[in-house]
Amino acid sequence: MSHLKQKNCFGDYMVTAIIWFTVIGICMAFFWFMSDILIQGSSSLSVDFFIENPRNSGRAGGIFSIIVSTSLILLVCLLTVIPLALGTAIFLAEFASLNLLFTRFVRQSLDILAGIPSIIFGLFGSVFFCNILGLGFSILSGGLTLSCMVLPILIRSIEEGFRSLDNDYRLNATALGFSKTSMVFRFLLPMATPGIIVGLILGIGRAIAETAALIFTSGYVDRTPSSLLDSGRSLSIHIFDLSMNIPGGNANAYASALVLILFILLINLAVSFFSKRWLQRNIL
Amino acid sequence: MNSQLLTKPQLIMQNLQQNKVSADTKKIEIENLSLSYGNKNAFTNVNMSIYANSINAIIGPSGCGKTSFIRCLNRLTDIIPQCNVTGSIKFNGLDILHKKTDVISLRRDIGMIFQKPNPFPMSIRKNLEYPIREHGIRDKKKIKSLIQTSLEDVGLWHEVKDRLDTSALSLSGGQQQRLCIARALALSPKVILMDEPCSSLDPISSGVVEDLIYKIKSRLTVIIITHDLAQAKRIASYASFFWVKDDCGTLVESGTAQKIFNIPGNRLTMNYINGVR
Repeated sequence: MSHLKQKNCFGDYMVTAIIWFTVIGICMAFFWFMSDILIQGSSSLSVDFFIENPRNSGRAGGIFSIIVSTSLILLVCLLTVIPLALGTAIFLAEFASLNLLFTRFVRQSLDILAGIPSIIFGLFGSVFFCNILGLGFSILSGGLTLSCMVLPILIRSIEEGFRSLDNDYRLNATALGFSKTSMVFRFLLPMATPGIIVGLILGIGRAIAETAALIFTSGYVDRTPSSLLDSGRSLSIHIFDLSMNIPGGNANAYASALVLILFILLINLAVSFFSKRWLQRNIL
Repeated sequence: MNSQLLTKPQLIMQNLQQNKVSADTKKIEIENLSLSYGNKNAFTNVNMSIYANSINAIIGPSGCGKTSFIRCLNRLTDIIPQCNVTGSIKFNGLDILHKKTDVISLRRDIGMIFQKPNPFPMSIRKNLEYPIREHGIRDKKKIKSLIQTSLEDVGLWHEVKDRLDTSALSLSGGQQQRLCIARALALSPKVILMDEPCSSLDPISSGVVEDLIYKIKSRLTVIIITHDLAQAKRIASYASFFWVKDDCGTLVESGTAQKIFNIPGNRLTMNYINGVR
């Protein structure tokens, strides 16, 4: 008996050690590049960096116009993607029959779309939004292309959020005489919010980090856009351009990278803060 | 007959008879009801009457279609995929299974309590308020008094009146089940369906809920599924026994509880009641 116990313990120790090893490895890698960006980026970070426009192709000056363009692109993306994704996900999870050929087809297509490389979305956006719809290289084209890219991820995670809800809630609400619509919006939507938040954070992360799809659609211009139909440069493109094409742009590339990371952090915090508030208001 | 001319014992007799008549009024009549999930029959050819203002118990082993059966009565079967119901159910003359029946108001008239207490993960107040509002009552005062009376009905008011805005999930299992009953009663239903309402509760909470069920039968018709035969004996006026034959549920017999429990007409019923395998 004691022999058996010891053997089991040894196996447990091994597995625990391996798990710790991988965790520490990942943390160290993360810590390494975060500290690299932090150390190299913080030296050229100042208030001026946020309120000045780029000068000398970005080697000097700040990133004001870039932040404006990035925010606008993200705004266009979110404003179009959230209602579309919510509608589709609610349809797939609550209204469509599971085995219908059509819903199976939609779900399969979404899974494939979620895995398509962003450059393909970029090419599609440049053909469809820029040329066919005549939006040209613009923030609008860029934002819409990003929303196509984020849509499948968001739909699938919202749908998962709805699907993971206990079916008893549906039975209870139906037995209490709730119509399907009020059941979905009164009970299921607030309860599915955690899933929606995860989807949003993943989606925003993917959108804001996107470079390839935006080069073809929102363009390269580093001036402050005066309308949604102007071309604008996103933070990730700015980083890419400074580090690849502009000799001597490294310092500002680091600083921009730091800003990008802070930006993502800020958005994540904001999303979870506001959703928690919303949840408390609607659930309690 | 003028009641003033009657002597006291005669009055009592008349009263009893009237009670008996009203207790024997058929509330729901079920004819040839069958239900299948896809190709699999859950139960077939059920003919039964449900009597008004009394407790109608449904007993039988697991898997004999009891739950599926009562879910037909409030058309909850509508939301179960591939569920096909045939036959007829008449509720106060209304054909429940008819396509054009307004299921929303039907479910308001026929409430349901589930086996697992399942309040929504919201405050106690919202659990009661949302269904009331959904059925068109917007007046805040009226909602407030409805919440209070329905909580009083289930004996929960004094336990929760100071914490109506805390989560319903913070209540104990028995309290949660009583909240669910209050939630159903708030819509003033005429019939209430109960699917093993006590089976996930401890004996004390179960007793409290049982007393509550007995109390509400004067106001409405109760149909209760239970595996607790002693409970059925204690509270039911009518009983129906379901059995599984060839993997498909059937109604073996149905009648007054006294008859079913004391002189069952079928050997299967007798064996089930006496615990003979």
